[in-house]
Amino acid sequence: MPELIKFSIPLLSLTLFIPLLGAVIIMLFIPKQRTSLIKWFAFIISVIDFLVSLPLVKYFDPSTNAMQFVEQHSWIPSIGVEYFLGIDGISILLVMLTTLLTAVSVLCSFMAIDYREKEFYVCLLLLSTGMLGVFMALDFFLFYVFWEVMLVPMYFLIGVWGGGRKLYSAIKFFLYTLFGSVIMLLGILTLYFLTPEPHTFNILKMTYELNIPEGLQKWLFLAFFIGFAIKVPMFPFHTWLPDAHTDAPTAGSVILAGVLLKMGTYGFVRFNLPMFPEASHFFVPFMAVLAIIGIIYGALVAMAQEDVKRLVAYSSVSHLGFVMLGIFALNPQGIVGGMLQMINHGLSTGGLFLLVGIIYERRHTRMISDFGGLSHRLPIFSTLFAITMLSSIGLPGLNGFVGEFLILLGVFKATYIYAVFGVTGIILGAAYMLWLYQRMMFGSLDKPENQKLKDCNLREIIYMVSLIIFMFWIGLYPKPYLNIMGPTVDKLVERVNPAYFQTAQQSPLPQK
Amino acid sequence: MVDYVWLIPFFPAVGFVINGLLGRKYIKDRSHYPGVISVGLSLLVAILVFWEVAFGRGGGDVVLYQWIIGTGLEANVGFLIDPLSAVMIMVVCGVGFLIHVYSIGYMHGDGGYYRFFAYLNLFMFSMLILVLADNYLLMFVGWEGVGLCSYLLIGFWFQKKSAADAGKKAFVVNRIGDAGFLLGLFLIYSLFGTFNFIPVFENAHILTAATATIITLCLFVGAVGKSAQIPLYVWLPDAMEGPTPVSALIHAATMVTAGVYMVARSHVLYSLSPYSMAVVALVGAFTAIFSASIGLTQNDIKRVLAYSTVSQLGYMFLACGVGAFGAAIFHLMTHAFFKALLFLGSGSVIHALQGEQDMRKMGALKPHTPRTYWTFLIASLAIAGIPPFAGFFSKDEILWQAFSSPHGSLWLWLMGVAAAGMTAFYMFRLIFLTFHGSSRVEPEVAHHIHESPNNMTIPLIILAFLSVVGGWVGIPEALGGSNQIHHFLARVLEHGAHPDPPIHSTSLEFLLMLISILVAATGIFLAYHMYIRRPELPARLAGRFPGIYQALLNKYWVDELYQYFVVNPIKRGMRFLWDLDNYIVDGAVNGTGFITVLNSRLSGIFDLYTVDGAVNSMSTLFNNGARGFRRLHTGLVHNYALAMVFGIFIFVSLYLFFI
Repeated sequence: MPELIKFSIPLLSLTLFIPLLGAVIIMLFIPKQRTSLIKWFAFIISVIDFLVSLPLVKYFDPSTNAMQFVEQHSWIPSIGVEYFLGIDGISILLVMLTTLLTAVSVLCSFMAIDYREKEFYVCLLLLSTGMLGVFMALDFFLFYVFWEVMLVPMYFLIGVWGGGRKLYSAIKFFLYTLFGSVIMLLGILTLYFLTPEPHTFNILKMTYELNIPEGLQKWLFLAFFIGFAIKVPMFPFHTWLPDAHTDAPTAGSVILAGVLLKMGTYGFVRFNLPMFPEASHFFVPFMAVLAIIGIIYGALVAMAQEDVKRLVAYSSVSHLGFVMLGIFALNPQGIVGGMLQMINHGLSTGGLFLLVGIIYERRHTRMISDFGGLSHRLPIFSTLFAITMLSSIGLPGLNGFVGEFLILLGVFKATYIYAVFGVTGIILGAAYMLWLYQRMMFGSLDKPENQKLKDCNLREIIYMVSLIIFMFWIGLYPKPYLNIMGPTVDKLVERVNPAYFQTAQQSPLPQK
Repeated sequence: MVDYVWLIPFFPAVGFVINGLLGRKYIKDRSHYPGVISVGLSLLVAILVFWEVAFGRGGGDVVLYQWIIGTGLEANVGFLIDPLSAVMIMVVCGVGFLIHVYSIGYMHGDGGYYRFFAYLNLFMFSMLILVLADNYLLMFVGWEGVGLCSYLLIGFWFQKKSAADAGKKAFVVNRIGDAGFLLGLFLIYSLFGTFNFIPVFENAHILTAATATIITLCLFVGAVGKSAQIPLYVWLPDAMEGPTPVSALIHAATMVTAGVYMVARSHVLYSLSPYSMAVVALVGAFTAIFSASIGLTQNDIKRVLAYSTVSQLGYMFLACGVGAFGAAIFHLMTHAFFKALLFLGSGSVIHALQGEQDMRKMGALKPHTPRTYWTFLIASLAIAGIPPFAGFFSKDEILWQAFSSPHGSLWLWLMGVAAAGMTAFYMFRLIFLTFHGSSRVEPEVAHHIHESPNNMTIPLIILAFLSVVGGWVGIPEALGGSNQIHHFLARVLEHGAHPDPPIHSTSLEFLLMLISILVAATGIFLAYHMYIRRPELPARLAGRFPGIYQALLNKYWVDELYQYFVVNPIKRGMRFLWDLDNYIVDGAVNGTGFITVLNSRLSGIFDLYTVDGAVNSMSTLFNNGARGFRRLHTGLVHNYALAMVFGIFIFVSLYLFFI
């Protein structure tokens, strides 16, 4: 069991509950007519939350695999439930990504949301608390509470402020996820009753102090698999995603792609691998094949799309396939690459949804064929789009490359044939993205509706550039990001794949 | 100076950032200042570095910082300075600088002037990273970077659909190669635990022939993509949609030679695998002859040059494949001079004719554009392999090695010589069609024909000078020279460059040299005969052999084959998968939803009529029962008394009768 490091200030609780507090204040004290006050207040709250989360990085000790900033208090002692928070190398970057993207998605909604603003920002802030809780919770009961709580504001975001078949999509999203989480709940309860008396929901104890027989491990793996695979989403559980993405408002898509999907992959890393190491080994071929299908299938279906948002949504299926493939390489490169790719995907796909939102606000269409030649009229927009797209297709120098490269390297070392299939995803990724770019930005500006479009304003440039900075940073100097994950991932690999450190670690080169 | 080598890619990066951020609004038509000056500064540093390497025997590995460091994974941003990279930076910066200067005149007045210089600088940056990298990973960064710039610059005039299409095609085809390259990198890493050239090459002996073959073939897939060899050459002819300086810089002189550079850089690995060497040599030789044959019949001036480039790159791979890595780099250098010159010259022609690229609408331009003509002629003589022009020495060294090296053979030599003959023919066909004969220029264009301005012709003259003397650094011993470049490069390439054949037959080398000169001269004469003396002859030949002519004119229908066998199936596949996703995968989800809803409806009906029906019928029962009983509730005491008495009567009777 990793050691627990406490911190003088309850930073995690602050980060976790500032958005909730903001939501309550908006709900109770700001009249709904004061829309600009609501917007700015929500934005300031989300920025404060981001700023409060920054010390997490500053005071995080990257040399250890310990749980840090731990807060542990008894909550419902009769059934062994605790208020137990902590972050390690696996969760810290996801926490940061969440606070960053929350601020960005508040900022991107200023113009896009023009009715029921009060409820909208309340939902967004509540959602933020839910997501942060999922990444911070070290008590399974608490985890499950946040996991479910977060569904509700998302449901409203899609259902109320969405477009198209928004109700269908919202309900589909809700029910599909709920279905998965209920099965996961069975797994959680099984684990709970496996713990020695008095039973506990302590995740660390469940992970490191239970010796689960392999047969049961497999069943539990599958129970959690259903819950997380739907969330990721892995093929064939992905069909809620394009609908939810397409019909969600921009902020919803950004959060959905940027953070929500990561809860699934996070779940695999946090729970499946260390809790069921033998089962994880057993299921590697199964997981890898599903991931590869997702990569290629997602890319091909993305290529066939006529709606930009749907295209980006399917590209997520492909990218998340990479993440899963990396995680189930069960070696440090693969897992670190997968973890980093979660962040990268949040930045690049989140960025793409923002850009689609920008153009949708002006043009009220998302069909690719309605555009063409935009770079004549919108040079800033098309430049931002180009950078984000290149990040998404993994161009070296930008973040996507580092993640994809580490994933494929790890996978290659584990089972080279998976990597051979994986690289085809890179080719297809370039194909659908460049084709999209060509159809939207190149050619002549022949549609009269497009000839009066306005280029990005300062607000839009600010939130896009705030993401692009990170794309370049991770692409050019990923070392701090990789270092922060290193020890935790090493520990994880040691647990799930102990053979790795015994054999593969020796360099094949003769020692000098 | 070697420690400051990072300045070489740094300056163009600065130029890119300046033009990229400020070009559109502030610098506008002065964008060439950052663009050209930055490359000029790089050239200065490159010259100093080269000087130190060449004459001070300097060099080494300069590490800037650690890039990716995961658990057990290290990759540096570091630069390796040795004769090979020194030659490359000279070629890239030198030719690059001249083309930047030329672009001032050529791109003058274009709406995307700032963008052009920004992209060009970005290209220089990436290309310099590629050739200076001290490890495969960083090389791959430059490799992808030049691919991106190629995409951006081919599609520079993106309002034209053909340009945008060509850019995308280039990028995607290159990505196919890159996928192979990546797999090669993974293999190298998993076997050596590092990407750095020096330790990999030092320990290359641990490889078995089989693993060396797989690694080198994977890398070669990358080279085939980048350097436009069979079967991935198809993007390069289309890339001519880009502005002509781009064709000169990226698609002739530098980027497309990256594959050759990479193979030469990895010569230690290639030398371990005779099989890979044979593949490289055959692909090179076959590409050389194949694309030269297409070049024979093309009518677009730039397309002829594009196929010529593919063919010349084939030569370089032929050299690599027979172990003559030094000769490959030598040819890479001379080719950079004369092919850049040919493209820039064709650009000057196109400029003079206001954008006309079809040679059928040219002719008799010589008096109007003398500087262009004479420089173009020098370049053509160089590429045709006429002594003492640069191309002669490099090409001849390749041919000699193809024949005499232990990896070589008579057949490879024959293919090389045949390609050389065709090269001479199509180049002079181009010259005669463009500059000689009768004018076929459209009348409205004809009176505008003018020589290009000085900032375009001076680079032509400098390149012409280089196309003459550039080969003199490699005069073979057989001709009394000292082949300096061979010995210079041998400091790096000695592993692969095989020792001279034991029986060094000077007379044989002379003989072969003579044959190749004769073949080239024949090609030139044939072009003269067909296009000046008997101009009706080509049409008659085409009529006589329509099958061959159509096959050549239509480039063997390779694009159509790819369209039919690769692109269309993928398009059909993606539509099919989308339907599958909609109807089957999502259908299952919606079906589950539907069944649930149906189930709930049925339950509702069941509930309404059966469960609730039971409840309701109970209530009905009670209701009706109550109606009956209500009658009893009269509220009259005597009625109750009567009932009571009646009840007592019954109980008493029962008691009396039965018990």
